[in-house]
Amino acid sequence: MASRNPARPLSPHLQIWRWGPHMLVSILHRATGSGMATVGTLLLVWWLAALAGGAESYATFRDVFTTEAGHLNVIGLVVAVGLTLSLFQHMMTGIRHLVLDTGAGYELKTNKTYAMATMVASVALTAIFWLVMGLN
Amino acid sequence: MRSAIGRVRGLGSAKEGTHHWWYQRLTAGANLLLMSWLLISIARQSSFDYAAMRMWMESGWVAIPMALLVVSVFYHFRLGLQVVIEDYQHDESRVVLMVLLNFFVIATGAVALFSIMKIALGAAA
Ligand code: HEM
Repeated sequence: MASRNPARPLSPHLQIWRWGPHMLVSILHRATGSGMATVGTLLLVWWLAALAGGAESYATFRDVFTTEAGHLNVIGLVVAVGLTLSLFQHMMTGIRHLVLDTGAGYELKTNKTYAMATMVASVALTAIFWLVMGLN
Repeated sequence: MRSAIGRVRGLGSAKEGTHHWWYQRLTAGANLLLMSWLLISIARQSSFDYAAMRMWMESGWVAIPMALLVVSVFYHFRLGLQVVIEDYQHDESRVVLMVLLNFFVIATGAVALFSIMKIALGAAA
């Protein structure tokens, strides 16, 4: 591990390949997973602990993300849309991974279509989610 | 799940191979169900004030899936971030980051599960 031979040939990396949606969603899967695992985890734990702690600690949590009137403020909007978009994107690319694991979807056209579909679906699901939230 | 040859191959220095991959998939399936449940439950809430949220999570129908969600998602991202660390860190920093990752997932997991239980079991008080 520590003594890596720099002259050793490496497997081809990003700059070798022609760009396509499959590369983008692969990167998005990693970025959204890592983002949710760090930022998302801390927020989930803070929310649960604040709720368990009592009315005062819950109010402190809410005040960071909402206005006096109870709507999301700028921080709340960025976090809420960011996290739901990340979750839906990771969920869709996660399903794509499970499909690819069965050995299906490797033909170039199909693969490209699936990759594009994950992004269309995640944007659509995020929009639907916040539409429903807004209506309540 | 594993053939005889697969088991023998797993006797290399790592003593295992498919375990990590398989648990990443198992938890992915569980996450899919539990996250869908959480998103739908949140979308159906009409109020997010303290009393409404407490009443919501006091129910076993919410506290139990919530605890399962924490276990499944935290296990999943523990496996996932390990792969990310192994891909980018090649020297001693890999060991340091793996230890930090384990501390992080256990500490946050403990706080999350304790909070859920405190709300659910303290319901009568
Ligand atoms: C909603 C349902 C979810 C599904 C279906 C899903 C599916 C998957 C799958 C199949 C993988 C393996 C990808 C591979 O082998 O390359 C994966 C990786 C990962 N997941 Fe998830 N996941 C879900 C939710 C989550 C959540 C909520 C988090 C974080 C809190 C998360 C964090 C990660 C991380 C960090 C990785 C590693 C990424 C990488 O290696 O590039 N996942 N997920």
